[in-house]
Amino acid sequence: MIFKVLPKNGLEALFDVLSNNRIIGPVEKARGKNGKILYGFDRICRFENLRLDYTTTTHSPKKFFLPYKEVLSTFILSGRTWQKSVDYNAHQPHVFFGMHACDINALNKLDKVMIESVYPNPYYAAKRRNTFIVGIDCTPQPQCFCRSMNADTVLHGFDMFLTDIGEDYFVEIQTAVAYEILKSVITKEPSAHDHALFMKTVDAKKEKYSCQVDTTDLTKILDMEFQAEVWRDWGNKCLSCGTCANVCPTCYCFGVQESVDLDLQGAVKKMHLYSCNLFDFAEVAGGHNFRPKSHTRLKYRFYHKHRGFVEAFEEPLCVGCGRCGAACLADITVPEVIASVRKEAQGNG
Amino acid sequence: MDKPIPFNDIISGGMGSLPGEDLAGFEYSYLAEITNIYPLTNTDKLYQVQLCDPELRRSFSFKPGQFVMLELPGIGEAPFSISSSPIRHGDIELCIRAIGNLTKFLDRVKRGTQVGISGPFGTSFPVEIMEGSDIFLLAGGLGIVPLRAPLFNILESRSRYGHVDLIYGANTPEKLLFTYQYDAWRKFDIDLQITVDEPDEDWEGHVGLITGILEKKLAGRKSLAHNAYAIVCGPPVMFKFVCNILTEAGLPMQRMFVSLERRMHCGRGKCCRCNIGSTYICLKGPVFDYWSVMNLKEAI
Repeated sequence: MIFKVLPKNGLEALFDVLSNNRIIGPVEKARGKNGKILYGFDRICRFENLRLDYTTTTHSPKKFFLPYKEVLSTFILSGRTWQKSVDYNAHQPHVFFGMHACDINALNKLDKVMIESVYPNPYYAAKRRNTFIVGIDCTPQPQCFCRSMNADTVLHGFDMFLTDIGEDYFVEIQTAVAYEILKSVITKEPSAHDHALFMKTVDAKKEKYSCQVDTTDLTKILDMEFQAEVWRDWGNKCLSCGTCANVCPTCYCFGVQESVDLDLQGAVKKMHLYSCNLFDFAEVAGGHNFRPKSHTRLKYRFYHKHRGFVEAFEEPLCVGCGRCGAACLADITVPEVIASVRKEAQGNG
Repeated sequence: MDKPIPFNDIISGGMGSLPGEDLAGFEYSYLAEITNIYPLTNTDKLYQVQLCDPELRRSFSFKPGQFVMLELPGIGEAPFSISSSPIRHGDIELCIRAIGNLTKFLDRVKRGTQVGISGPFGTSFPVEIMEGSDIFLLAGGLGIVPLRAPLFNILESRSRYGHVDLIYGANTPEKLLFTYQYDAWRKFDIDLQITVDEPDEDWEGHVGLITGILEKKLAGRKSLAHNAYAIVCGPPVMFKFVCNILTEAGLPMQRMFVSLERRMHCGRGKCCRCNIGSTYICLKGPVFDYWSVMNLKEAI
């Protein structure tokens, strides 16, 4: 990895260089009930609107890669035959200015399913490959348990990553494109002092986590406690609304629907993101539902993320961003659910 | 630097695509025509489907137990087990019950309708390794549909297999599928036993569940620990009972194969609708050995 140091007053210059493209970044969206600022990723045209000091965004940047609704294909119908056309819906590159490590890690996890798999998803791949990511370090929030999920730092999947070391940004350069772009702004080589400042920032961040999850032997615990009563308790709280999946940076379940145009000349096939907590998620034709109870669906979500995915990829499908817990209308949080199941296994349930 | 970041043209396989990656293999369907429709029961029909492109027709091959996704533009897309012979390169046969949106629409279409076919997808029954052994084919209800493909394999090279039992049960006599083929199967030395739960006045055969017949068959028989395989297809509730009987008879779990059914929206390991844990039925299944199924929570 190549490192540079970018003086803070050079940030706008970097933004300007990148602004030949469509820039997506954290912006202030609204104020919550308690007056807290709510942030979101959106298109940014002016540097002043960029809020690199954002805590976390309510929604993850997932929607730019896996839109909530997307046209997969369109058909022209003529008599008994038809023609299908496919568009991957990636019409221009996106520059993400200011993505936290957890969200980049989330994309890396999605890559495993969407790209590095038997049938790569071209809709996702087209958008992911045409993305330039500038990462930014963050301050752990009360709901963040990314450190427990090994997602507090990110090793790949971005172009450059900025860490605030006081007067400057410490820049990790991951790609050649990023290196070329940095040539047009003023940077300097990092000194031993800069390295020390970087390490100091990293160490200080470690101290700021207030939330954690013990994942030791979690896959086994989940298997042992599959029938545990505690799942029913969580199921009784859960509203099966799917909000957790909506805000989750790694949830990718979807459904496909087709419809015929009103003039009967064409048809369209659309995907829409779904949630395994919604009632009919595992319903099959004929009406049989494999997970009819609320707790079976909630449990499945945890099994997919913290057992099944670990079995397949040796890492959980969770980056510990805490968005699901923050957004949950029933106040169900991942650390609490996992702790309760662990307690059950220890015989203290 | 006044140039925008270059657009990686992934469609032409330019920058950044991984070797051997086929992005066009995701959203496609081969144009195919329904050449024949045979009503089998009040709700089930056998559709013969032919791929329109002669080149594709020649190269299209599948293994017993695999499925295709069938698409009707604007109506929907769903997975269907291929029910025809994997060896003879004829039309693909799909037996479909009119029960959902797409299948009820299919129920009304006529010969010559063009549909989209993609696949074949999924795992298959390993009929080759079963050669030289006795085979138990156990089907309940629509389970006979995926089971018919490996049955064809066995029929085509009957001498390579030992004793072949086919036990098939349906709710009522009217719901029995492929009745016109039973004599032909028996002629090929298939020990076929049919049973129904609710007989009508004309029914003279067995009444009861297939487990009853299976237990009778196995009574007094040597252990199945060597030289036997089983293929079990049917409703989820059937697997447990049938597989338990076979396990007690000594048949090792890895020699029992089942075909699982789940809703699929993509068939390509993406939509998660068919997931059990993180196992995609469309990729790792639909055919599993019973050991693998035992390790999947809530599979059956």
